[in-house]
Amino acid sequence: MSKTPLQFRHNGRDVAIFVDGGTNLLVALRELIGDMTPKFGCGQGGCGTCSVLIDGELHLSCLTLAETVAGRSVETLDGMKQGPNLHPLQRAFADAFAAQCGYCTPGMLMAARALLDRNPSPSRAEVVEAISGNICRCTGYESIINAILAASGGRASA
Amino acid sequence: MAVTVKTFASSNEAATALSSDRTARYLGGGTLVMRALNEGDVSISTVVRANDQALTRIDASGPRITLGAGITFARILSERDLAFLHAPARSIGGPAVRNMGTVGGNLFAPNPYGDFAVALLALDATVAVQGGFGSRDIAIEEFLQSRERQSGALVLSVSCTRPASADAFRYRKVARIKPKGGSVITLAAHLPISGGRIAGARIALGSMAPTQIRAKAAERALEGRTLDAATIAAAASAVTEGTSPSNNALGSAWYRREIVGVHLRRLLSGQE
Repeated sequence: MSKTPLQFRHNGRDVAIFVDGGTNLLVALRELIGDMTPKFGCGQGGCGTCSVLIDGELHLSCLTLAETVAGRSVETLDGMKQGPNLHPLQRAFADAFAAQCGYCTPGMLMAARALLDRNPSPSRAEVVEAISGNICRCTGYESIINAILAASGGRASA
Repeated sequence: MAVTVKTFASSNEAATALSSDRTARYLGGGTLVMRALNEGDVSISTVVRANDQALTRIDASGPRITLGAGITFARILSERDLAFLHAPARSIGGPAVRNMGTVGGNLFAPNPYGDFAVALLALDATVAVQGGFGSRDIAIEEFLQSRERQSGALVLSVSCTRPASADAFRYRKVARIKPKGGSVITLAAHLPISGGRIAGARIALGSMAPTQIRAKAAERALEGRTLDAATIAAAASAVTEGTSPSNNALGSAWYRREIVGVHLRRLLSGQE
């Protein structure tokens, strides 16, 4: 079966790949572009660890047909840090011990970023809602919620 | 296994492609079809898409509203004119799923999903579908009962009449995980009032049968009456009639039958 050419922006950089029909964006990012930050969890839309931003909107890359991002902007955790400096959300996660095994962390950070980009000073309830599609099985949600609230405070005062 | 992806500019062409190929599935937001592909569903060998602007159009200016099949739940939540649909839209998935999942796709979502279709069923919605030989409007109840046979047709839009007041339309989803989780049961009630009495009551249930269903015995108990304690009790005791819930990881059929009356009573009484 023939492959389909696909071009899009990946963390601000133009990329061009060839995909098989039906390939999901997660596979395209990990196996064809080499961005290993979005993770495969359930493949069903239940866990959120594959979360990415498409044109600034939170999406699940495992449920996104790769071809549908043609010409669009895809942002992953790989593009979050600024040079050698961690993004304030990453720094807050480290400071608040919001990552234990770390498998949910890329999705949590993208969901948190999608929230703070729209709402720089969220309430605790809004943070809970924002990460409600992301499952964590070991760290515990409290430290993750606290980290996001701490990062939002930092951003709000910056 | 790789599939063939066909993308069309118009819903007309997409509907023709869909109706002429039994192995074709229409890709809306991806939450159903991509999940099936990820699970290795070999019954799908063609994925059909349409970039038709009409599929993402909302007409909410008058008493009758029309939602394009490609409207996402996040879009509904951003529309002030659609406030009566915010509770069902918010009850679906997390933010990412709401950015992806569509009104049209939800009509095909199996238990324990398909909550938005429960709300639309209570609102007596009409589903506009396009087959290979033209388009037609189908009452949502009929559509849901025959949805296994509808996969060759393309849903274009869904229309319903706006409830007369915020109190006339009520929605409740019972889930084990909050704010996100599959439905144990989902209830929606539309209670139009005429001359102080209920006229045209609709009670819709999710996860109480293989597809979303109307609780017609409960509707009869409400019809022509005022919404007092005795009427609510009568509707609650009749609500299991005609239901056939299943066992799944979220709850047993027995449990669902036991609690559906309790939740209908709370919904009709205005309790949280």
